[in-house]
Amino acid sequence: MTETLNLKPGQIKGTSGIWEMVIGLEIHAQISSKSKLFSGASASFGSDANSSVSLVDAAMPGMLPVINKFCVEQAVKTGLALNAKINNISVFDRKNYFYADLPQGYQISQFTKPIVGEGEIIIDLDSENQTVVGIERLHLEQDAGKSLHDQHPTKSFIDLNRTGVALMEIVSKPDIRSPQEAGAYVKKIRSILRYIGACDGNMEEGSLRADCNVSVRRPGDEFGTRCEIKNLNSIRFIIQAIQSEAERQVDIIESGGKINQETRLFDTSTGETRSMRSKEDAHDYRYFPDPDLLPLEFSNEWVAEIKETLPELPDSLKKRLIKDFGITPYDASVLVEEKDYTDFYIKAANGVDGKLTANWMITELFGALKKENLTLENSPVSPENLGKLVGLISKGVISGKIAKDVFSEMMISKKSPEDIVKEKGLEQVSDDKEILKLIDKVILENQEKVKDYLGGKDKLFGFFVGQVMKLSQGKANPGLVNKLLKENLK
Amino acid sequence: MSDFLKLDLLGASIALKNKEISSVELTNAYLNAIEKTSSLGAYLDVQADYALEMANRSDKKIQQGTAGPLEGIPIGVKDMFCTKNIKTTASSKILENFYPTYESTVTQNLWNDGAVMLGKLSCDEFAMGSSNETAAKGNVINPWSKTNPMSPGGSSGGSAAAVAARSALAATGTDTGGSIRQPAAFCGITGLKPTYGRCSRWGIVAFSSSLDQAGPLTRTVSDAALMLNSMAGYDVKDSTSANISMPDLMTYLDNSIKGKKIGIPKEYTQDGISQDIMKFYESSISWLKDSGAEIVPVSLPHTKYALPVYYIIAPAEASSNLARYDGVRYGVRNEAATLDEMYELTRGNGFGDEVKRRIMIGTYVLSSGYYDAYYLKAQKVRRLIKEDFENVFKNVDYLLTPSTPTTAFELGQKQDPLTMYLNDIFTVPASLAGVPGISIPVGLDNSGLPVGVQLIANSFDEPGLINVARTLEKCADFNLIPDGAAK
Repeated sequence: MTETLNLKPGQIKGTSGIWEMVIGLEIHAQISSKSKLFSGASASFGSDANSSVSLVDAAMPGMLPVINKFCVEQAVKTGLALNAKINNISVFDRKNYFYADLPQGYQISQFTKPIVGEGEIIIDLDSENQTVVGIERLHLEQDAGKSLHDQHPTKSFIDLNRTGVALMEIVSKPDIRSPQEAGAYVKKIRSILRYIGACDGNMEEGSLRADCNVSVRRPGDEFGTRCEIKNLNSIRFIIQAIQSEAERQVDIIESGGKINQETRLFDTSTGETRSMRSKEDAHDYRYFPDPDLLPLEFSNEWVAEIKETLPELPDSLKKRLIKDFGITPYDASVLVEEKDYTDFYIKAANGVDGKLTANWMITELFGALKKENLTLENSPVSPENLGKLVGLISKGVISGKIAKDVFSEMMISKKSPEDIVKEKGLEQVSDDKEILKLIDKVILENQEKVKDYLGGKDKLFGFFVGQVMKLSQGKANPGLVNKLLKENLK
Repeated sequence: MSDFLKLDLLGASIALKNKEISSVELTNAYLNAIEKTSSLGAYLDVQADYALEMANRSDKKIQQGTAGPLEGIPIGVKDMFCTKNIKTTASSKILENFYPTYESTVTQNLWNDGAVMLGKLSCDEFAMGSSNETAAKGNVINPWSKTNPMSPGGSSGGSAAAVAARSALAATGTDTGGSIRQPAAFCGITGLKPTYGRCSRWGIVAFSSSLDQAGPLTRTVSDAALMLNSMAGYDVKDSTSANISMPDLMTYLDNSIKGKKIGIPKEYTQDGISQDIMKFYESSISWLKDSGAEIVPVSLPHTKYALPVYYIIAPAEASSNLARYDGVRYGVRNEAATLDEMYELTRGNGFGDEVKRRIMIGTYVLSSGYYDAYYLKAQKVRRLIKEDFENVFKNVDYLLTPSTPTTAFELGQKQDPLTMYLNDIFTVPASLAGVPGISIPVGLDNSGLPVGVQLIANSFDEPGLINVARTLEKCADFNLIPDGAAK
C-alpha cells in the first residue's frame, strides 16, 4: 500500500495499519407525555425543583406504579416507525441500585422482554449513499432524578422532577462504522420520533441523549473490547466523542496495551473521554420482574389500530418529494429531516418550480434563519411568500440577484415579494430597447476596452456585462444582456 | 363495661343499629380494655381522641339513618397500613418518625363504611417473622399465656393478640406467607387471607409484592365476612388488584355444604406435627363429613418445596422493596460524611436482624451468577405449586389442613431462623398459589393453647370458603376467652 491510500470514513490510520470503528448507540428519548411513566405527576421541563413529584415518584411506603397507557402507545408507534417487531407480551423489570436521586432504590425498566424487538432504519450518508442500521430493541424505562452537587459546600441537593419521567431506550445493533454515520443515525431517529410525535427530540433540554459503545478492530476482524461513553446530548458531541475515543483505543492497542471494558464520560472542554467506572466497579443490577406491574399484553388488532395512526414517515415522504417535485435525493433528505420542513416546502413549492424552491429554502431561508437565530416555525418569510418569490424568478420578473435583495427585505418586513418589487421598482428589465440603450452607453464610455476586446481579449466580455448590469441597478435581465452584448460587440 | 366486650362484631353492629348501645360507649369500652391489657404490648399507638371523634360521628350517622355496614365498630390497624397523619412504622426503627400524608385503600374502605380506628397494632418488623419478636418496640404477649409469656405468632401478632384479648373488635392484618392465619391460630381467633388481588395493596408497606395480601382477624367467621366485605375491592391504583367483584359474603354464611368435596392433602400431615393438632384436625374432618361434605384424600405433590421457594421469592422482593428506606427523603437518617456511609449507618441501625437477614438473602438470590439457580428456579417451582392447586380444585371444592404444626410457643424459644420458618409450612403454599385461606379455632391442646385448622379455597371463592368455615365453626363451637383478655 502506498501512503496515499484512501481512508474510508471511520477508519483510523495507526502506526501499524488501518483500524475500523465499530459503534452501537443507545438513544434515550423522553416520551412527549404530560405525565410520568407510572405516576400522574407532570413530566414538563423546567418547573421549580421538586414541584412535579408524586407520592409514587418519591417512593413513599406502600406506593405503587400504574402504567401510563399513552406512553405505551408511543413506544409501539415508535417501534412500528422503526420497522420493528412489536412484542405482544413484554415485562417490566426492576434495575436495582442505590443512589440519592433514585428514590425507589430501583429503576423500572425492561430487561429480558422489551416492548419492541428487532427493526432497521435507512440512513443517508451523503447525497448518494445510504446504509441500513439494525435496531436491536426498544424498551420503556423511568428516568432518574437529578443530584445537584454545586449548591452547597458540604451537601448535595436532590431534584425529583425528572424521577419517573418516561423514556424509550432505543438500542442499535453494532452496525455503525463511523462517527458521521452515528450522527446521521441519531438525526434519523430524532426525525422519526418528531414525525410521529413520540418525542420532541430536544437535545438541549435532554429529551434525547445517547450512550455510545465504541470499539476498534482490523477491518473484517472480530469485535474488539468496547467502551461506553455516557450521556451525550448533541450530535456534534457524539461525533467528537466517538472519534476521540476510537483514537484513544488505537493508541493503547498499538502501544501494546489492552482496552478495559468500562464506562466513560466525554469532557466537552477537552474533547476527550475519561474513565467513569471500570467493569469491576459495575453495578450488579439484580434485575427481576417488577411484581407491582402486570406484563404488557397487546392483541395484533390493537397494534394494527396504532399503525393506522402513523403519519407518513420521512423515507416515504422523501420518495414522494423526489417524484412529485423533481428535486435531488439530497435536497429531499434535508427537507424531510423535520416534519415542519416538509410541510413548509410542500406549501412553498405549490405551483412553482420545485427544484428552485428547494434551493431557496435550503440555502437562503435556512441560512438567514440560522443567522437570525430563528426557527422555521417563526420564520418571517411564509411558505406562500417564498413560493411567490420563486415564481417571480421563474417568470423572469426579477433576476436571481435582485431576488436575494427582495428576500432580505422579506426577512425584515415580512412583506410579500410582489409588494417589495413594486414598491422599489425592482422588476427586471427585459425590454431589448432599454437594454440596448445601456449597452450603447457602455460601449461609448469604454472605447479602449472595446478595441482590446475586439483585438482578442475575450475575457473582457464579463467587464461589459458587469457595467451594463451596474447601470441597470441590477435590474437588467442578465440573459438578455449577454445576448445583446454579443450581438453589438462586433 | 364487660357486656360491651362480649359482643362480637356482628352483635355489636346489630346493637348499634338498634340504638341499644352507642359507638361512643362501645369505643370507650375498648379504650378501657386497651388500657387494661396494655402489658400485652399489642398496640404501638392508641388513638383515643381520634377514636372517640370517629365514634361520635358514627353515632350521628346512626341517628340520621346513614350508617355504613361497619358504622361505629372500633377496630385496630396493623402498623403495615399507612394511616393519614398517624404514625406508621411497620414496627421498624427506620420508620419510627414516619407520618404518612395518605391513607391506605383498605383502611380508607373501612373508614368509609363507618369503622372506628382505635390505634396501630404491633407486628414483626416489615411483617417479617412468625412470632412478633422482630418488632422494634418489643414483644407482644399472647393472651393465652400461662406461666411463661407465649408468642402470639406473627407477623400480625399485635392484631391477633388484640382481638383475642378483647381490646379490638376486629383488626386488619397482612399475610405474605401465613402472617394472618398463623397468629390467628395461636391466639384462638379467625384469620382470613383473601385471594391475591382481592384487597388493594396501595398504601400498605410492601414486604413481598407478589404475596402480600390484606385480610381481617376477627372473633368469628361472620365477623371476618363483614370485615372483608368492606376491605375488598378493585383499585386502579394497584395494578395487581383484581377487577372481579365480590358478592356480599354475609349471604353465603349459612348455606348447606352438603355434597361439597373437601380435599385432605396427604402432604400436610407430616412428622413433627403435634398430636393435639392431629386430634383436632381429625375431629374437623369428621365434623365436615357429618355436615354432609364428601371427604376426598388428595395430593399436592410440590408442597415440600413451598417453604424453600417462599424463602427465595419473598426475600428477593423484600430486598428491592426495602431499598427505598435509605434515609434520603423520610424516616430516620444517620448523618455521615459520604452518601455510602450514610446508607450504611442508616440502614445498619434502622433495620433489625431478621430484616437484614432477608435483605441479604434476597440480594444474594438475585445477584448475577445466582439468579438462575435460585430466583428463576424458585419462580418455576412456584408455578408447579400453583398448578398443584389448580389441579386439585378440579376434583374438590375446598382443602382442609392444620393451620400450624404446633400451637403457640414461648417467647424467645425459637432462636434458630430455620426452626422459626417451619411455622409457616402449612400457610405458605396457599400464599404462593394466591388462593384464599382461613384459619379458625377448633379447640385447646393439652396445655390449654388454641388449635387452628385451615380451609383453603380456589381463587376468588371467598363466599364458599366463608360458608365452609362457618359450618366448621358451628361444629367446633369454640367460645373460650383467654385469661389475658380484658374482663
